Amino acid sequence: MKLRPALFALAATVITAPALAKDVTLLNVSYDPTRELYKALNTAFVADWKASHAGDSVTIRMSHGGSGKQARAVVDGLPADVVTLALAYDIDAVADRGLLAKDWQARLPDNASPYTSTIVFLVRKGNPKGIRDWGDLVKPGIQVVTPNPKTSGGARWNFLAAWGYALKQPGGNDDTAKAFVKALFQHVPVLDTGARGATNTFAQRGMGDVLVAWENEALLAKREPGGDQFDIVVPSITIVAEPPVAVVDKNAAAHGTTEVAEAYLKFLYTPQAQEIEARNFYRPRSPEVAAKYASQFPQVKTFTLAEVFGDWRKAQAKFFADGALFDQVGPGN
Amino acid sequence: MRRRVLPGFGLSLGYTLTWLCLVVLLPLAALAWKASGIGFEGVARLFTSPRTLSALKLSFGGALLAAMANVVIGLVVTWALVRYRFPGRRLLDALIDLPFALPTAVAGIALTAIYAPNGWLGQWLVPLGIKVAYTPLGVLLAMVFVGFPFVVRTLQPVLQSLERDVEEAAESLGATGAQTFLRVILPTLVPTLLTGFALSLARGVGEYGSVIFIAGNIPNRSEIAPLLIVQRLEEFDYATASALGIVMLAFSLLLLVLVATLQRWTRRWAEPAT
Repeated sequence: MKLRPALFALAATVITAPALAKDVTLLNVSYDPTRELYKALNTAFVADWKASHAGDSVTIRMSHGGSGKQARAVVDGLPADVVTLALAYDIDAVADRGLLAKDWQARLPDNASPYTSTIVFLVRKGNPKGIRDWGDLVKPGIQVVTPNPKTSGGARWNFLAAWGYALKQPGGNDDTAKAFVKALFQHVPVLDTGARGATNTFAQRGMGDVLVAWENEALLAKREPGGDQFDIVVPSITIVAEPPVAVVDKNAAAHGTTEVAEAYLKFLYTPQAQEIEARNFYRPRSPEVAAKYASQFPQVKTFTLAEVFGDWRKAQAKFFADGALFDQVGPGN
Repeated sequence: MRRRVLPGFGLSLGYTLTWLCLVVLLPLAALAWKASGIGFEGVARLFTSPRTLSALKLSFGGALLAAMANVVIGLVVTWALVRYRFPGRRLLDALIDLPFALPTAVAGIALTAIYAPNGWLGQWLVPLGIKVAYTPLGVLLAMVFVGFPFVVRTLQPVLQSLERDVEEAAESLGATGAQTFLRVILPTLVPTLLTGFALSLARGVGEYGSVIFIAGNIPNRSEIAPLLIVQRLEEFDYATASALGIVMLAFSLLLLVLVATLQRWTRRWAEPAT
């Protein structure tokens, strides 16, 4: 609720921005760990737009926060022209309120996710507990740090990755997966509300032996001061995390920004943008750029959400809704 | 019409009511309206769930304990600040307000950093089996931290205006130190202590920012009620979130009315002493 005044202030600045046709302001409502990424992407897009549209200028404003919270803000009236969130379910929620077409994910290539990431492990230097794969997380004496999937979009990918691993073991089915995930959460001493919080608990507070994290967060943590204290471990199989993007049709139409907003999202797929995404530790979709950054992104066997779970609405209902699987097998049970 | 003693009564009352409506009643009405979506059955299911009950127990139980601790510590600290002159007193006095000014998230991170297993105090406490960070004890600690200034700041002016000759009179009539404190000083302070208690309690019940960093947030163990509300919001379940909010409000109101009644009662009891 404390956000409200800030949102209204933001809304006011956006609305009062000069209404000249050639001066366009876009509001991109994104999630937490994309700050550095979009700072770089926006600079590139603004220059690109200026070059192809002489005399025009475009300004991109950013809003960052937890993915679910950001989706709620847009539902409640934050005038986002585009949303770039951590999972499709949050954009579905915006679409459910009629702010954009329900088939938004089919309007751009690759499930409307220009870049991906994956779920990996961050362990202490030298991997003293010998953690190699998901199965090692449930060994006696291992403490696992992962945020709460009920409050963190990122953590839902973690949960689904663990579930998918268990399903894909010999003889794997829903029951074995349930047992595995239940055992896994018995090893979780702290459930932070967001991904950054969990990273801090692991890295700064020294809690736990392994952090289940997005690869881009893990790579970023390694680049930060003290990052040499950690090693990244890639499990035998993991999920492709697809953070999607979409134009909020209704808002963009009202602001007259549809054209720029669409161009902005298409720009995210260009080789130039893919490079920036790779430099910011997101896996690019473009095979050429991916090849160039192959040393940064190790080969990993993956499955997609669609292959194992269908879509986000189904996954949400089965695992994360009130009283659903996470509530049955999560910590404290 | 009878002339009122206070000029501008109509204006000030109108202003008061408008303002109350805008900042208190209107948001509360919106809350009730949003909550009405889940129906009685939904409410019943919500409040028979062990998880909800354990979160409410932690929030209210923790806030009650924290408020009690604050009353005792606050009394001692205020006494020292008011009755004694020592170097650094003014600085100490200013420090009391710090929890007011600090963003609660910063407070939570600072407390966690100190009490985590690798923290300044945590590295000594954890080997002794005393775990503070990521346990209900941490929740209590955060609530004590944010509620502490309320007790000191309400008590301070009262203690300052407490006349010393009353104590001297008691002493000259042969009262021991303990008697003077228990029968002369304490009765006059109790109503104020209760105010501080109520403020600290209310703050603790609603506290979110500092607590989530230190709580560990494990369901049925270290999960506070406001976090349950946030989780419901994440599921876009506004109705259940609002219903939880209303129950917390109702319970808080009940506690505050109880404290106010107690206060009136003790004030009467304090009368003969002054």
